[in-house]
Amino acid sequence: MYKILKKRALNSTVTLMEVEAPYVARKAEPGQFIILRVDEKGERVPFTIADYNRETGGVTIIFQIVGAATEAMNHLNEGEYIHDFVGPLGKPSELDGLKKVAVIGGGVGSAIAYPTAKKLHELGATVHTIAGFRNKDLVILEDEFRAVSDKLILMTDDGSYGEKGLVTNALKDLLDAGEKYDEVIAIGPLIMMKFVSKLTKEYGVKTIVSMNPIMVDGTGMCGGCRLTVGGKTKFACIDGPEFDAHQVDFDEVMARTALYKDFERQAHEDTCNLFNLEVK
Amino acid sequence: MPNMSPKKNEMPSQAPDVRNKNFQEVALGYSEAQAVDEAARCLQCKHKPCVAGCPVNINIPGFIKKITEKDYEGAYQVIGETSSLPAVCGRVCPQESQCEKFCVRGIKNEPVGIGRLERFAADFHFAQPDIEVVKPEPNGHKVAVVGSGPAGLTCAGDLAKLGYDVTIFEALHLAGGVLVYGIPEFRLPKAIVQKEIDTLEKLGVKIIRNVVVGRSISIQELMNEEGFEAIFVGSGAGLPNFRGIPGENFNGVYSANEFLTRVNLMKSYRVDSTTPIVHSKRVAVIGGGNVAMDAARCAKRLGAEEVSIVYRRSEDEIPARHEEVEHAKEEGIVFRLLSNPTEILGNEKRFVTGMKVIKMGLGEPDDSGRRRPIEIPGSEYILEIDTVIFAIGTSPNPLIKMTTEGLETHKWGGIIINEETGETSVPGVFAGGDAVTGAATVILAMGAGKTAAAGMDAYIKAKSA
Repeated sequence: MYKILKKRALNSTVTLMEVEAPYVARKAEPGQFIILRVDEKGERVPFTIADYNRETGGVTIIFQIVGAATEAMNHLNEGEYIHDFVGPLGKPSELDGLKKVAVIGGGVGSAIAYPTAKKLHELGATVHTIAGFRNKDLVILEDEFRAVSDKLILMTDDGSYGEKGLVTNALKDLLDAGEKYDEVIAIGPLIMMKFVSKLTKEYGVKTIVSMNPIMVDGTGMCGGCRLTVGGKTKFACIDGPEFDAHQVDFDEVMARTALYKDFERQAHEDTCNLFNLEVK
Repeated sequence: MPNMSPKKNEMPSQAPDVRNKNFQEVALGYSEAQAVDEAARCLQCKHKPCVAGCPVNINIPGFIKKITEKDYEGAYQVIGETSSLPAVCGRVCPQESQCEKFCVRGIKNEPVGIGRLERFAADFHFAQPDIEVVKPEPNGHKVAVVGSGPAGLTCAGDLAKLGYDVTIFEALHLAGGVLVYGIPEFRLPKAIVQKEIDTLEKLGVKIIRNVVVGRSISIQELMNEEGFEAIFVGSGAGLPNFRGIPGENFNGVYSANEFLTRVNLMKSYRVDSTTPIVHSKRVAVIGGGNVAMDAARCAKRLGAEEVSIVYRRSEDEIPARHEEVEHAKEEGIVFRLLSNPTEILGNEKRFVTGMKVIKMGLGEPDDSGRRRPIEIPGSEYILEIDTVIFAIGTSPNPLIKMTTEGLETHKWGGIIINEETGETSVPGVFAGGDAVTGAATVILAMGAGKTAAAGMDAYIKAKSA
């Protein structure tokens, strides 16, 4: 059992949780993920690590309440326990030697982009961060990003905060203005990563994306997380989760993510109904 | 006088058209009367050919004799002298190619039902209330076991009995390895696996779950920082193999590992499980091993209308246990033999709609001694299906190799060991099971765990002498 040390709502649908998991905290690096099960009957769900504290053994995850598991997690409070919590899984980001990087976060994906930006900043790299959200109410980690970025551009779809438009608009402007990056690191919805990748391919800028496909064990056994990279089958849990964006078959990944959509919608509704019953 | 009946006592089982709709155990086990009657078929041969056929050398005539004497607990104790998981082996061992293959009664008639008797003795033992386990005297040495599958459990059990302080590290949330994620409930009830694990814990073995050795902690750290004097690596089967044919990443294509893990470990067949699984109508399982049979029979139980085994050789070459093939047939699984998939077809949303299959003929024997399957030109046809499950083996998990300096492996990934001791190229690190051999059987993994336990004991004694 893994104790919840801290819980904080970042906005109406995104929650930050710090969980006591010394084995994970000791080894965690940016880019890696964990798998948790909320309770005894829970599904194994992967989450990218948002932060870690080697001294206290705390590991932070930030999640959007989108399905049954995240709904159930959001009903747990500080001092309560998560049944299983395993990691760190996947390979760490390869950040050494990078001098100037554009870090792009989309929605809750910004939470995962943050530790990467932070680490790059610590390594002395110039960090330009572009974070995009649907609207002002959904903006997260603004102060945190500002502290580790040499330049921070906030985008909202509706223009209610920062600049109006998509992260790709901002990135294109920077590239057109002559900014030269060693690498672009993009973490967010698949569709965002696909279009960032398309743009940077035109400009010839190496781009890394973080994939979070369907998986079960996360340790290199089930093969559910496979995707095509450079024409070859790769496993996100062992070979990734970060890949060269220009080699990823995004359309295939997007199709595979849709496999359990109906089941997930139903499971989420059932969970909500269950919690509603408890409230009554 | 021995019972000279030419046939084994039949195993009481659930009827095929009942059991193919539930996940309860198929074989129900011998009654006391059946067990005693079957035990009496054993001739108590002096030269005991059956024992040589057993990878862990169980004293087979010895335990069977105890059953004829109605000393069932005594029978269990005889098995327990060399086997750590009798209730498991009695159910999943390929007896027809091991002990029973060498049974003298099998020359003219059916061999003695050794596996069924083993299961009877083990089930009798576990049905007793308050089973006492004598904790051995600690010998002051600390060892670690990576993975809690059959190899790891056996190794841990043997070392614990010798007085070692044993800690097992398991990557998943539940101990048991392939016994819990792979082999289905209807063939090996998980309550039985749990009882075997409880016995180990009573012996003093500690099991730490949710720790991935190679990620959460390395082999070197276990030795240098955590003070383990020797380590056994039984990390098991790794990434699933696919065929490399078009369409393998369509929705509805599973590896058997994933399909079985969803069903067995995550219990997705139960309504209260939150782990999803596709509920297919028409399923093709590629492969002819036990894993293929398990996957096919699970798919049938999940409600599929038609489930086929698609296997490129003929029935004679099927590597699965004979009983599993028979059970699968009885349950309505269709066998498409001498058939090989060449392409998986999908719709615009990339969901599986069919599979191109080519018929095969058999040529000259290949390296494995089995006749090589050869495509028959122009014999391709389309099988309409919505789900494909690949059960064509696995490659060893690369995590430990990637993170352990100096650990030598074969080109295909299997860890290289000294067959006599189980020791790897890294002093103090031993290995066994699928991590060494590639996909094999539970009993072979147990045998490897036993060998390594003896090797580790000798290693530590030599070092501290």
